[in-house]
Amino acid sequence: MKLLTTSAMALALLANSAAAEGELVLYHWFEYIPAELIEKFTAETGINVTMDTYDSNEAMLASLKAGGMGTYDVAVPGDYMVQIMAGEGLLDTIADGDLANEGNIAPAWADPAFDPGRKHSIPYQWGSTSFSVNTEDYAGDINTTDILFHPPAELSGKINMLDSQGEVMALASLHMGIPQCSNDRGQLSALNDMLQEAKTHWASFNSDTAKEVLVSGDVSVGMIYDGFSAKARADRASITYAFPTQGYVVWMDNVVLLKDAPNRDSALKFMDFLLEPENIAAVSNYARYGNGVTGTAEFLDPELATLPESNPPATAGAGAFVAVCDEATQAVYDKIWTNLKN
Amino acid sequence: MAGGAATGGSAASDTYNQARNWLLMPSWLVLGFFVFTPVCVMVIYSFLTKEFRGGVIWEPTLAAYDQFFFDRGLFGDSDPTLQWTYIEIFWRSIWQAGLATILSLLIGFPTAYYIATRPAKTRAIWVFLITIPYWVNLLIRTVSMKFLLRDEGPMNDFLINVGILSEPLQIVNTNIAVQLGLFYSYLPFMVLPIYAAVERYNFTMSEAAADLYATKWTTLRRIVLPAVKPGVIAGCILVFVPSLGAFLAPDLLGGAKNFMIGSLIEEQFKGNAGNWPFGAAASMILLSMVLVLLIIFASQQRRAGATT
Repeated sequence: MKLLTTSAMALALLANSAAAEGELVLYHWFEYIPAELIEKFTAETGINVTMDTYDSNEAMLASLKAGGMGTYDVAVPGDYMVQIMAGEGLLDTIADGDLANEGNIAPAWADPAFDPGRKHSIPYQWGSTSFSVNTEDYAGDINTTDILFHPPAELSGKINMLDSQGEVMALASLHMGIPQCSNDRGQLSALNDMLQEAKTHWASFNSDTAKEVLVSGDVSVGMIYDGFSAKARADRASITYAFPTQGYVVWMDNVVLLKDAPNRDSALKFMDFLLEPENIAAVSNYARYGNGVTGTAEFLDPELATLPESNPPATAGAGAFVAVCDEATQAVYDKIWTNLKN
Repeated sequence: MAGGAATGGSAASDTYNQARNWLLMPSWLVLGFFVFTPVCVMVIYSFLTKEFRGGVIWEPTLAAYDQFFFDRGLFGDSDPTLQWTYIEIFWRSIWQAGLATILSLLIGFPTAYYIATRPAKTRAIWVFLITIPYWVNLLIRTVSMKFLLRDEGPMNDFLINVGILSEPLQIVNTNIAVQLGLFYSYLPFMVLPIYAAVERYNFTMSEAAADLYATKWTTLRRIVLPAVKPGVIAGCILVFVPSLGAFLAPDLLGGAKNFMIGSLIEEQFKGNAGNWPFGAAASMILLSMVLVLLIIFASQQRRAGATT
């Protein structure tokens, strides 16, 4: 009996201390935030952090819509997904004055098209999506989307694509010089035909191991994010990231405040924490991506400034965000994607 | 309970029956909650209207089934023709699962027979050996398999070094790799039930057959096989059904170039499509097919049981 009372008291105490210090439930990409940074946040604020991870924007959206709302405080969606989530009413609004460090957001990222006025989000990391070529296997010019969609004979059958509809369609549209989410029937049919032909040259669709298949030599060309490619180059020096003249995909992940967040105050503290140059620089040093905060230069690994993966050559085409299609065009995109994967 | 009262009529059997019903309650609750409810949700969702980007609108429609069976062109306004895409995806999965089942049976039956005919002491060791690889997670085993098979992997290195091959054999990202993955993943599900059936088989019947001048082949075909048939059928079902919904082997070893039933359904919930009713409808069609198959097997089992 005495033991029972003591444990009950201990439990009550624990519960109390947890309530006093605060909790934060994070919904985050896998392998994207250094564990030491979360420990630092807990040490500074006394807030306990719980984290669940996801492997695609769409998987995160599905899980939130299937009952995850009210469980998590913050999530880290990509650019187009911020726009979609805001449209679905899943995001809470950050009021003026909620964030002490709001002024640290770099001017270039303070008013993006996917979240005008940064009402729901703060910048996290940004980078590009293109492809890398193992230059041991191919000596020609790699800065063209032909490498993926109309490859030279020696690369045919040695190409891995990301298993991600948005990015494949965006790059394919850039390759053809048509607008993303075009509703022109001729252009959509041509896109379908082009992808059907291109598929015959592809070995696989693989996102999770996009880096490993390049490093191991399974493929000679792989669609990939710039930071992943930098990590791949560390393992195999001949892996070179391409900036096609037709253009490439730019993305930005953002920390958003979710509607019905159980710990709104902790969430805002976490956002302020990530707007400190030193802290967000730690993420960049870990993930090898750029960030959208001013004054991080002195905390960044000096090597990051000269990374070939984040410094496009003069010949590179323009970077473009993945566009959000309307329902009718999305239905056609889904059909093209199903055709592609059949 | 009424039956119990009619045949026994004693207080003891009533108490027994009552206790039995109460004791079965937890199983019924678990089954009801974790099997029946989710299936009901799926049935209902498959008849609802899809909400853009995931979710359902509570308006009944047959749109999901229409999408499965009818092709209305890229823009959805052509005259409907029979939709081959999803039938092809289902056919591909059934074909793969069927082949994996046959392969497992060809290797699994002799293995099980061999184990069951060892002395009782060593039998346990053999069964133990069969289960060892399954202490490791399926995902890790599948990834390891890919490492072994890849173009620059140990298997190709070995074959090239011994001089059997001059160029690496390309297996990864082909259907052969998917087959190997499925076969390797589910082989014990074939071996163990057959082993259990052969172990119960009375070998004096084989001796009797031999005394009556039956050849070994005839004995196997006419005496052994009918006796162990329930184990073989159980093994086939246990390999076929999970192979049908498998997506790890097709995605990791096959390169995810072609949708399988499992990955097609996953895409409806986790991918861009976000078409929950269609995912539910595809699941229902798969479930119905498996159910029909199981009913056919079950009725055969019963007939086999009635004749022996």
